[in-house]
Amino acid sequence: MLVVIDYNVGNVKSVCNAFRYIGCDVKLSCEPGDIEDAAGLVLPGVAAFGYAVNALGTAAEIIKKVARTGKPLLGICVGFQMLFDKSSEYGRHNGLGLVSGSVVPIPTEQTVPHMGWNQVKLPKDMDLFAGLGSEKHFYFAHSFYADVADNKAKVAFTDYGFDLPASVQKANIYGTQFHPEKSSKAGLKVLRNFAQICEGTNP
Amino acid sequence: MLAKRIIPCLDVKDNRVVKGIHFLNLRDAGDPVELGARYSEDGADELVFLDITATIRSRKTIVELVEKVAENVFIPFTVGGGIQTVEQMDELLRSGAEKVSVNTAAVQNPNLITEAARRFGNQCVVLAIDARRSKAKPDKWQVCVKAGSEPTDIDAVEWAAEGERLGAGEILLTSMDADGTKAGYDIELTKAVSDAVNIPVIASGGAGKLEHLYEAIVDGRADAVLMASITHFENYTINQMKEYLAGRGIPVNL
Repeated sequence: MLVVIDYNVGNVKSVCNAFRYIGCDVKLSCEPGDIEDAAGLVLPGVAAFGYAVNALGTAAEIIKKVARTGKPLLGICVGFQMLFDKSSEYGRHNGLGLVSGSVVPIPTEQTVPHMGWNQVKLPKDMDLFAGLGSEKHFYFAHSFYADVADNKAKVAFTDYGFDLPASVQKANIYGTQFHPEKSSKAGLKVLRNFAQICEGTNP
Repeated sequence: MLAKRIIPCLDVKDNRVVKGIHFLNLRDAGDPVELGARYSEDGADELVFLDITATIRSRKTIVELVEKVAENVFIPFTVGGGIQTVEQMDELLRSGAEKVSVNTAAVQNPNLITEAARRFGNQCVVLAIDARRSKAKPDKWQVCVKAGSEPTDIDAVEWAAEGERLGAGEILLTSMDADGTKAGYDIELTKAVSDAVNIPVIASGGAGKLEHLYEAIVDGRADAVLMASITHFENYTINQMKEYLAGRGIPVNL
């Protein structure tokens, strides 16, 4: 069973819908017991960073603890950004600190928000992208991005006038800046790959 | 670089998709959830659902529709038609819509755009503009409200720029003159609005042939093209449109 962390942000329901559509058993919950028993965790998020961190509240510590035991964790959009150390969106906020780096504004030379379908170069050694080939379009909608500073993290990039980190993988920690739950067939494949990682049947 | 988007539009009346000409003479085009899922499967980049009944009774129906669509469609979709308050937007966004579009209510109360952008973010707020070439000033277009039935004195290009300033994240621009004619988008209107704003413009009204899509993107500088008749009645599939555009050098998500 996968647990999608329930903490009053925008896309929680869409993420559950997508996992259910591909036949995964998911539970929407923020209960410590459920988080500890889950085969894997999904941290969604459509909100400002500070709002999301506050809404997550005490669940943050449990997620961090469980993630350190090696349980797969997938952060999506702001959930992805929260994997990092800190963000400068509307003030300074600390993230979960599971991957080194900070969340900073997209340079103003680019149209902000970065919204729409952009092509991501898919490294062969990133498990989330197994079976997807070397490049695929995914749906993005965000104004800040994660500047990854972790040399243990594998990173997939998209071109938005600069190399924008679209996805990271560091051991059992996974994240996508884009929305797999809104990225059609390629997005559903990413979620299926994550579900397989959680079941221990590597994609 | 972002791909140019292909967006089928589903006008919904009494739980059916309908399509007319110049906003009139509606013809049935199928079940909204089925049609939405089919377009998603066929490679559409986004969908737009417009509740053209937009009555109090239809509000509940549209929320239920959005929930059903969200269970079956895994691409972003916008919902519009008769939205008057941020509470109504909140309900639709929570039900699974990615964005909401406002039209008449924004003309009556421009502050609605700002309120919505502050609460949900600019990327959630689409300003829909129904524009008609002005008879008095043929080089201008006037904004029409109430499903196109009521012309105003507002200049469409100026209103689009004002919409951006107020916080809209996107302009959905429909030419009432071209709507349903399949004679091509109003390129002059599309270009005038695209040149006046920095946010994405979705060209709407008039698509009939594949080259119309190309013209709207290249000559009209549109970021996305919306269509109804040519997909609902299966003249072209989404995939055919994308292959055509890709063949002419337009970046698309194929």
